[in-house]
Amino acid sequence: MASNDSIKKTITVTLLLCIVCSVVVSTAAVLLRPVQEVNKSLDFKRNILAAAGLLEKSDKASIESLFEERVTTQVVDLASGKFTDAVDPANYDQRKASKDPARSIDLSPDEDIAKISRREEYAVVYLIEGDSGLETLVLPVRGYGLWSTLYGFLALESDLNTVKGFGFYEHGETPGLGGEVDNPSWKAQWEGKEVYDNDGEVELTVVKGKVDPQSQNADHQVDGLSGATLTSRGVANLVHFWLGEDGYKPFLTNLKNGEA
Amino acid sequence: MKVKELLFAPIFSNNPIALQILGICSALAVTSSLAVTVVMCIALTSVVAFSNLFVSLVRNHAPGSIRIIIQMTIIASLVIVVDQVLKAYAFEISKQLSVFVGLIITNCIVMGRAEAFAMKNPPLPSFLDGVGNGLGYSAMLLGLAFIRELFGTGSLFGTQVLPLATEGGWYIPNGLLLLPPSAFFLIGLFIWAIRVWKKDQIEQPDYKIAPNTKPLAKEA
Repeated sequence: MASNDSIKKTITVTLLLCIVCSVVVSTAAVLLRPVQEVNKSLDFKRNILAAAGLLEKSDKASIESLFEERVTTQVVDLASGKFTDAVDPANYDQRKASKDPARSIDLSPDEDIAKISRREEYAVVYLIEGDSGLETLVLPVRGYGLWSTLYGFLALESDLNTVKGFGFYEHGETPGLGGEVDNPSWKAQWEGKEVYDNDGEVELTVVKGKVDPQSQNADHQVDGLSGATLTSRGVANLVHFWLGEDGYKPFLTNLKNGEA
Repeated sequence: MKVKELLFAPIFSNNPIALQILGICSALAVTSSLAVTVVMCIALTSVVAFSNLFVSLVRNHAPGSIRIIIQMTIIASLVIVVDQVLKAYAFEISKQLSVFVGLIITNCIVMGRAEAFAMKNPPLPSFLDGVGNGLGYSAMLLGLAFIRELFGTGSLFGTQVLPLATEGGWYIPNGLLLLPPSAFFLIGLFIWAIRVWKKDQIEQPDYKIAPNTKPLAKEA
């Protein structure tokens, strides 16, 4: 046993152990990567379809075929608010771009109400078209809640003002409190709400407590989540940011005027 | 030691959480929903079992000076493998477990058993000891998750059991149970219950309070 503590033995054991462990870990990572990628993109598509209210069956084949059939992916230059083909949506990683100084802009504290610190130049949007042109527009949004950045999709009707659906596909809020952003009955409240007021300002927000149905703003308001004031505020802020001037508003205006 | 004792003693008579007070961190963090807890229990049990097995296999060749690092390397590798498997085959749940799978590496039970048992025992008993401690951890976590999910959200495994007041029922969920500190209270209550049942677990107090002494006589 004493020989175990010799320098030679120590180094041999360390080396052997490291080699064996690294082989095991890399094998697992490499072998499982394809399955993981499929899961990730499937989850992404499922959430886009869910926000657009198209999701019926959640098995893999029907999501893939439905997405293929109905959804058109386009890239938007957020600054000019026009479609662009500067990047290929198939290989464009929007989340990575939002962290890359070369491909995103720095937001000043005043502009940065959603607390995302940088905004990418190009955003990928999803259009669902029917016989009479655009039916639903799905926009990726994100913003900081209480503990984490919430990533989600906001779907708008063809008037580009009425919300069709809203949901998050990734967040780390407290289950049961902020995590209730995933609650279907809360998400259902967003449907039919209107984003802009008559002056074109973003009016859609989350109120504290229940929405008063008599209020003239009831069309722009959603109930707050009880016990999750900061998450609710984060959601309201991210809606304001992404539908505002620094977000998709220029694009939505262009799209409405047929100039996108 | 007998197989039965290795496997079942850690469930009540030597529970890693209730008696050894190990692995509290994840017991607080992941027990707000049962489905997530079940996956966490399976992940932890397999990591403890296999880390015990491998640590025990190399125990006669491990230099004393780096034995902890050897254990950590083995544990960390296993945890990464488990994390990758979860991401591939249980994607939804791995999203909810997020960092906690990675934090199995620092779960005191895994290292505690590697150091306390596997370094001194042959592979098979070590493996069984790992499974046993995993079961002990699981029993505790499932108990916590059952209470927290049932009274915190009125559901079990995501299925509504108690109709919520917000959806026209009568049950008003207790938000505190969804927050990590509630698990502290529950673990305390569990430990109390186990010690009422198994009195030999009650520890001797570290000191006794002496009866009041007379005030010191004034110095002359």
